[in-house]
Amino acid sequence: MAVDNGRRRVVVTGIGVVAPGEAGTKAFWDLLTAGRSATRTISTFDPTPFRSRVAAECDFDPEASGLTQRQIRQWDRTAQFAVVAAREALADSGVSGVNDPVRTGVMAGTACGMTISLDREFAVVSDEGRKHLVDDAHGVPYLYDYFVPSSMATELAWLVEAEGPVGVVSTGCTSGIDVIAHACDLIRDDAADVMLAGASDAAISPITVACFDAIKATTPRNDEPESASRPFDLTRNGFALGEGAAMFVLEEREHARRRGAHIYAEVTGYAGRCNAYSMTGLRVDGNEMAEAIRVALDRSRMNPEDVGYVNAHGSATKQNDRHETAAFKKSLGDHAYRVPVSSIKSMIGHSLGAVCALEFAASALAIEHSVVPPTANLHVPDPECDLDYVPLTAREQRVPTVLSVASGFGGFQSAIVLAGPEWSGA
Amino acid sequence: MTEVVVTGVGVVAPNGWGVEEYWAATLAGRSGLGPLTRFDSSGYRAHVAGEVNFTPEDHLPGRLLPQTDHMTRLALVAAAEALADAGADPAVMPDFSAGVVTAASAGGFEFGQKELRALWSKGPAYVSAYQAFAWFYPVNTGQISIRHGMRGPGSALVAEQAGGLDALAKARRHVREGTALMLAGAVDGSLCPWSWLCLTRSGTVSPRRDPRRAFLPFDADASGGVPGEGGALLVLEAPERAAERGQHRHYGRIAGYAATFDPRPGSGRPPGLRRAIDTALADAGLGPSDIDVVFADASGVAEQDRAEAEVLSAVFGPRGVPVTAPKTMTGRLLAGGAPLDVAAALLALRDAVIPPSVHIAQPAHRDLDLVRDRPRPARLTSALVLARGHGGFNSALVLTR
Repeated sequence: MAVDNGRRRVVVTGIGVVAPGEAGTKAFWDLLTAGRSATRTISTFDPTPFRSRVAAECDFDPEASGLTQRQIRQWDRTAQFAVVAAREALADSGVSGVNDPVRTGVMAGTACGMTISLDREFAVVSDEGRKHLVDDAHGVPYLYDYFVPSSMATELAWLVEAEGPVGVVSTGCTSGIDVIAHACDLIRDDAADVMLAGASDAAISPITVACFDAIKATTPRNDEPESASRPFDLTRNGFALGEGAAMFVLEEREHARRRGAHIYAEVTGYAGRCNAYSMTGLRVDGNEMAEAIRVALDRSRMNPEDVGYVNAHGSATKQNDRHETAAFKKSLGDHAYRVPVSSIKSMIGHSLGAVCALEFAASALAIEHSVVPPTANLHVPDPECDLDYVPLTAREQRVPTVLSVASGFGGFQSAIVLAGPEWSGA
Repeated sequence: MTEVVVTGVGVVAPNGWGVEEYWAATLAGRSGLGPLTRFDSSGYRAHVAGEVNFTPEDHLPGRLLPQTDHMTRLALVAAAEALADAGADPAVMPDFSAGVVTAASAGGFEFGQKELRALWSKGPAYVSAYQAFAWFYPVNTGQISIRHGMRGPGSALVAEQAGGLDALAKARRHVREGTALMLAGAVDGSLCPWSWLCLTRSGTVSPRRDPRRAFLPFDADASGGVPGEGGALLVLEAPERAAERGQHRHYGRIAGYAATFDPRPGSGRPPGLRRAIDTALADAGLGPSDIDVVFADASGVAEQDRAEAEVLSAVFGPRGVPVTAPKTMTGRLLAGGAPLDVAAALLALRDAVIPPSVHIAQPAHRDLDLVRDRPRPARLTSALVLARGHGGFNSALVLTR
């Protein structure tokens, strides 16, 4: 199948994941296919003063994950996740040592950067908010690395020995798709043959929880933490915060073929649109997301009927799930009612910028294993959300192609399409 | 490949409000650096900044004020100027035909300090409902797209001080892909105690108190950079699409671009700036002799200045091209600095004059033809703009008339 921009095509040859529950791609996929939720009462700080006190936390052990004492002291949890996920992706792809540094790049996505460290260090230098003139003497040496999230891209570049284009793409909750799309563009434009790309966010901290409390975006279902995230369910009442990272080795297809790499999927098309409406709100009609989906399919040379599985944003806020359902109907027509649609946020929560990279991983793994992950916690259908959301149980079926979408603050709407190695086009 | 031209420019800078005021000050060698006035800097390691002080109520709707950081307000002003300059109103253009790409470095940090303080001193219930987006990295893209009804592609890039050029290149790609109009660049800055503490931890900020002696790139007495705020946003279009809506005038074209990354220190491999220049020139289909002026990154850190001077000498030959750093009059504007240099380069091409660098009394690099103190009239057809970001980022952009 051809792409929109000439001959260079981009494939996924390595996957690395740090997700709620145990780290690693296998644990992540086992969690999803079992339909298990990783949401629980927040354990990393005392959540008592907050409205929403549940989150999907990673059982992440930095030492067991191979980080040194110095890295553990210096790097924010977001950077730690990114590096650990990147190491798994690189090992999985076998690209290290084969890649030419000047033809290798890095694009890291994040919504919240080094939030936990900034929150913690601010508490120290401001003496818990007493001082406006924060105290220089108590500032740690790493503050600038927390100030600029691009410090994470530097660590990743050193890891993969990248000397090509390196940077961070940050578009809030669509970061994970937009960063992969940008990395694919760089390969297509011949600026690189190999890109280490993906997204990381570890922002379960007091300031983040307070932010989402303030706009009532997160779920207050504190007495039932395991089933707090209920995408497309009538009783849904907000998202459960999550954390995690997913990193990928993206490769120009011939580069991957020449070295006999395992190819999970090809990235065939993507598009992003702004709603130009509200920094947080969504119009009910879903027009901008529908447009992003249409353009992404068009660039993939696919018709709506070619979509084998829709990996939804499915955040479990009242407005999102309705908005998204409208966008699917508008862009996919009748096929929207036939194609399986699911939200893995029901199990791993909403890890902000990282989550659509985790969803991209789930999409590639769905193709690889011929399994559609379910929407957990969906017991009471919402009459306004009337598609096939694969409730509760994973479904074994061939998945030739996947459409994954995201929607976020700032009005960003993104769509990306993957095709399995056997997909031969419409 | 589709040609991409700049049809509109918007600027806010420490030495000038709006494009023409900035350009007049820059040609006159008027610096906007001064003692930091936003807060008492005596307990910190640096004391000079390039501030942009203004009354937001005079320029923006009141409802935007409680939800915006200072740098976002500046970005909204520059965006409006750029679109007006291009004679474009995206709200009346066809759906999805106009988009925004900005660069950021640390987001709306001043807004963030206020809310962190509320959280820690009073409790979660006192955190603003706007904090969720007022600080985040793509805030300027989102606010600009909403204010001007721009529903096409939207994104934000972060590569410390190099990201502004990356944003322009990404916008160029969207125009080539068929988006009729892109607004791109960066307006950035962060001058509050919390950001000041973080900034000074970079180890690259000058400790000097004299605004004329604090930021001296390529000078034997260089002592670091000076942070400032502001930047530029540009309107990018294909010339034929601009002509369709009646806009025939443009400042110049974005002819070439490349980004590279330095190897890990101690690797023994060469740094990436030279390759960024070579690749950007190749992308533009030009050779070194075609470049008439270089707008240097000019970090003000002696070792980095030397590296840049050596690369320029190697590519262009000793004193082979005029080099300038008008940022000596604004400070380093985080992500905003490089787009402001692009604006200055386009104005230089327009007016056939190279703006000067100021305050540099003892040039440290004999091989560098530094344009100092007074503007230099010159026939200019092409310019190279360089930007480096802390951590190893290098970006190069070529502009032609």
